[in-house]
Amino acid sequence: MQSQSLLLTVITFLPLLGVPALLFLRSEDHIWIRRIALAISIAEFGISLFLLPGFAGANPNYQFVENREWIGEAIHYHVGVDGISLFLVLLTTFLTPLAILCSWNSIHEKVKGFFIAILVIETAMIGVFVSLDLFLFFVFWELTLIPMYFLIGIWGHDRRIYAAVKFILYTMFGSILMLVAILWLYNLTNTFDLPTIQAALQFRVPLPPRTELLLFGAFFLAFAIKVPLFPLHTWLPDAHTEAPTAGSVILAGVMLKLGTYGMLRFCLPLFPDAAHRAAPYIGVLAIIGIVYGALVATVQHDLKRLVAYTSVSHLGFVVLGIFAFNTISIQGAIYQMLNHGISTGGLFLAVGMLYDRRHTHEIKEFGGLATPMPILMSGFLFISLSSLALPLMNGFVGEFLILIGVYQQHAAWASWAASGAVLSAIYLLWAYQRVALGEVTVEKNRTLPDASNRERLILATIATAILFMGVASPLFTRRMESATDNFLQHANRPQNASHPKLTLPSVKAAEVAIAGKDRIQP
Amino acid sequence: MIPIPAEQLANIQRLAPEIVLCVFGVLIMCTDPFLRAANRKVLGWIGFIGTLAALGSVWFAAQNPGPAYSNLIRVDQFSIFVHVVVIAASALAVLGSLNYLNAEGIQRGEYYALVLFATAGMGILAGANELVTAFIGLEMSSISTYILAGFRRRALQSNEASLKYFILGSFATAFFLYGIAMIYGATGTTQLDLVQHALEATPAGALSILGLGLIFVGLGFKVVAAPFQIYAPDVYEGAPTPVTALLASAPKAATFALMLRIFDTSFATVGHLWFWAIWGSAILTMSIGNLAALAQTNVKRMLAYSSIAHAGYILVAFTASTAVGVAAVLFYLAAYALMKVGAFLVLTHLGQQGEKRLEIQDYAGLGSKQPILAACFSLFLLSLLGLPATGGFLGKFFAFQAALDSRVVWLVVIAAINSVIGAFYYLRVIVAMYFWEPSKDYTPTHVAPALTAALLIAAAGTLYLGLLPSRVLIFAKAAADSLSLR
Repeated sequence: MQSQSLLLTVITFLPLLGVPALLFLRSEDHIWIRRIALAISIAEFGISLFLLPGFAGANPNYQFVENREWIGEAIHYHVGVDGISLFLVLLTTFLTPLAILCSWNSIHEKVKGFFIAILVIETAMIGVFVSLDLFLFFVFWELTLIPMYFLIGIWGHDRRIYAAVKFILYTMFGSILMLVAILWLYNLTNTFDLPTIQAALQFRVPLPPRTELLLFGAFFLAFAIKVPLFPLHTWLPDAHTEAPTAGSVILAGVMLKLGTYGMLRFCLPLFPDAAHRAAPYIGVLAIIGIVYGALVATVQHDLKRLVAYTSVSHLGFVVLGIFAFNTISIQGAIYQMLNHGISTGGLFLAVGMLYDRRHTHEIKEFGGLATPMPILMSGFLFISLSSLALPLMNGFVGEFLILIGVYQQHAAWASWAASGAVLSAIYLLWAYQRVALGEVTVEKNRTLPDASNRERLILATIATAILFMGVASPLFTRRMESATDNFLQHANRPQNASHPKLTLPSVKAAEVAIAGKDRIQP
Repeated sequence: MIPIPAEQLANIQRLAPEIVLCVFGVLIMCTDPFLRAANRKVLGWIGFIGTLAALGSVWFAAQNPGPAYSNLIRVDQFSIFVHVVVIAASALAVLGSLNYLNAEGIQRGEYYALVLFATAGMGILAGANELVTAFIGLEMSSISTYILAGFRRRALQSNEASLKYFILGSFATAFFLYGIAMIYGATGTTQLDLVQHALEATPAGALSILGLGLIFVGLGFKVVAAPFQIYAPDVYEGAPTPVTALLASAPKAATFALMLRIFDTSFATVGHLWFWAIWGSAILTMSIGNLAALAQTNVKRMLAYSSIAHAGYILVAFTASTAVGVAAVLFYLAAYALMKVGAFLVLTHLGQQGEKRLEIQDYAGLGSKQPILAACFSLFLLSLLGLPATGGFLGKFFAFQAALDSRVVWLVVIAAINSVIGAFYYLRVIVAMYFWEPSKDYTPTHVAPALTAALLIAAAGTLYLGLLPSRVLIFAKAAADSLSLR
C-alpha cells in the first residue's frame, strides 16, 4: 500500500476541531466567538493552499490519498483529490471565511450556534468532495443537510421554517434513493470503494442496460435535486430567499456544486451507457432551466430571489456542459462551477450588505443607491458583470468553454443556451439599473453609509478572485485537463470499446458469478 | 455436602442471567415492607444493580455456551447478543424511572421487581429452544408489562393502556399457544431444532403452516407488526413514560429474536410461504406507522407510531432470511433500543408531573432553555430518522443492504420512501425545539443525575454504533452464524 497522506484529513476535520473551541467560550462572548471562527476558517484556507504545490497536474489519478479500514472490510475511510475536486475544495475553503466575515454584525442571536453550524457545514462539504468511498461520501452528503437546515430555520427570514423543511425534505428524498443504489452497487461488487467499483463495472461485472438505467436514475435524481435541475428547482428560491446571507453564500457557492460534482464523479464514470442514453433528455431540461431561470429572474421584485433564479440558469449551463461529453465543455463546466461559486456567492454577499442596511430585499425600496454608496454599488456592478460573463472576467471563460464544447456536439443546444447568456445581461443589468442608478427614490436611502472596511475587504477579495480567474484561467485548466481526459475516457467508453459487454452470455455469466448464494426470488 | 452434578452446574450457569434477575426481583419485594415511603428509591438502585449483575452473568453464561435443561434453553452468540440488548434497555429504563416515580408519587418496590421479572421473561424468549418454554417467557414478560402499563393507577389513560394491553395481549398469546398446539400436532415435537428436522424430512403440511400463521399473529402482536399494531399507540401513550421506553425496546428485541429462531431455522423450508406474509406486513407496518405519525401533535404518541414504523424496517431486514439479514436485524435492534429508550427517557423529564407537557408546542424553544437535553433529544430523533453518523442510520443501512442482497428490491425502495416520510415528523419536533419562540409558561427543571446518566449512555451508544460499529457488527455476525441457518 502506498504511503498515506494526512493532509486531506486535516483539511476536512480542522473546522470540526473549532467546534469544541467555540463551545468552551461563553455564549455572550460574541467577539471572541467570531474571531476564533474566522481564525479557524482562514487557517483552513491557508492549509488547503498546500494542496496546490503538491498537486501534480499531469497525473490523472487521485492524489493525497488516504485509505484505511473503517467499518468491516467493505467500508473504508478513503479520501483523495483529482483535478476536479481539488478546486472545489479550495472554493469551499475560500468562501467560508467570507461567509463568516459577512455575518460579523448581522447575526445577534445564538451567535455561537451560528458559527458552529458554518464550521460543521464546511467539514461536511469538503468531506463530500474528497470522499472516494461511496459510504463515506453518503455520510458527508447527508451531514451537509442538518447544519444548513438549522442555518435557514433559526437565522433565516420570515418564512424560514417553511423553507428549511422544504429544503431538507426535497434533498432527503433524492438521497435516500441514491442510498438504495449505493447498496445495490455494493451487492454487485462487494465494495464501496469508488475506483474499485468503477473498474469492476467496466471490466468484471457489466450492468444489464435496464439495471444501469435504474441506478443512474437513482444517483442522478439525488444530484439533480441538489443542483437543482428544472423542474426540481422549486425548493431553491425559498431556501435562498429565507436563508441568512452566509447561508445563501454557502448554499449557492458550494452546496449546489455538490450536485454537479456528483454527476461528474459518479453518474458519468459509473454508468456511461445510461448517461449517454439519458443525455438528450437531460440536455433539454438543462436548456429549459437556463431559459426559464433567466426569464423568471427577470421579473422578480425581490433582489435575493432574483439572484436565486440566476443560479437555476447558470447551473443549467454546467449540467449542459457535463452532458455534452466533450473535453472542452466539461472543463468549462468545472470552471463554471467555480465561477458560479464566486460570482453568485459575491452577489449574495452584496445583497446581504444591502439587507443589513435596509432590512429588505424589495427592489422598489432601493433606487439611485450609487449616490450614497458608490463603493458598494461599484462592487455590486463588478460582480454582476462577472456573473453575466463579461470578457476578462471569470464567468466569460466558463460560459465560453461550455458553449464551444456544446456547439461541437449539438449546434442547436448551443444556440438555445446562448440565449440564456443574453438574458443574463438583461436581468442583471436591469436589476443594477433599478437598484443603483438614477435619482434616490426612497428618502431613507439618502443617508445610508457606504461600505465599511470589513465590507470593502470582502468585495475586494471577491473582485480579485474574479479578475484572477478571468485572466489566469490556464493555471486552473492545466490542472484539470488530465483528470478530465481520463474521466472522459471512462464516460465515452461505449463509443470506444467494450461493446462485447452488451452480448447476453457475458451478462448472464456475470449474474451467475455475482449470485453466489441462494436467494429468494420475490 | 451433596455434590452437584456437572450437568446441573452447567444448566445453572447457562440460565444465570434469568436467575440473577429473579433473585433481585424477589429481593426487592422482600425489602420493600421494611422501608419507609421516603426511602423507597433505594429499591430502584437495587434494581439497577440487579440489571448490572445480570449483564455480568450474561458474560458468565457466555463462557459456557450450549443447551440447558434438556435442550429447552440454548446459550449461543445469538441469545447472548439479544440478552445484552434487552438487559441494557431495562437498565436504562430503571435509571430513568427513579425520579419519575417519586414525582408521580408511585415509588413502589413492585415496579422494579416487575421490570426485572419482565426482563427475565424476555431473556427466556431470547434463549428459548422450545415453544412452550418460549410461551412461558412470553407470559412472564407480558403479564409483568400489563401491570407496569397501568402503574400510574390514578390516571385514566394509564388504566386504559393496561386494560387494552391485557385483553389484546391475552388474545395474542392465546393465538401463539394455539399455533404451538398445531405444530405439535403436525410434527410431534415442540423443540425448535426437532421441528426443523421433521419439516426437512417430510414437506410441511397444512397443519404446520396454519400453526406458523397463528404464531405469526401472536408474535406479530408483540413486535407491533401490522395488522396487529392497533393497540400500540394507546398503550404506549398511556403507560408511564419509562415503562413505554421499556415496552418499545426490550420486548420487541426479545420477540424478534424468537421470531428469527422460529422462522429462519425451524420453518426455513417454507420460507417462500412466510416470505410474502412478512413482506406484506412490512409494507403495511411502515406505511401505517409513518402516515399516522405525520398526523400526531402529541410527541409521545408520535414516538409510539414511530416504533411501529421501525418494526416495519426491521421486518424488511427479516425478509432477507440470510445470515446477513439476521445480523442486520440484530444490529438494528441494538441501535433501535438505544435511541428509542433515549427518546422516551427525554420525555420522562419533559412530560413533568402528571405527564402534562407532551404536546409539540410545549417544547417550543427548548433548544435555548435546556441546550444539552435538547441536543440529546435531537440526536435520538435524528438517529430514528436515519441520519448518517448515528446508529439508526447504520441499522437502516444494513437492513436495506441485507434485503437487497436477497433481491428484495421493491420492498427496500418502499422502505426508503417511507423513511423520508418519517423525516418530516421527526424534524418537526426539532423545528419546535430550535426554530420556534420559547414558550413562556415553561421553566426548565433540573434533570436528575440518574436520568442524565441514562441519557448520556444512550446518546454515547447511539453515536458509537454510528461511527465505530465494527465490534458490534462482528458480534452480530457471529450471533447470526450461531443460529445455524440453512
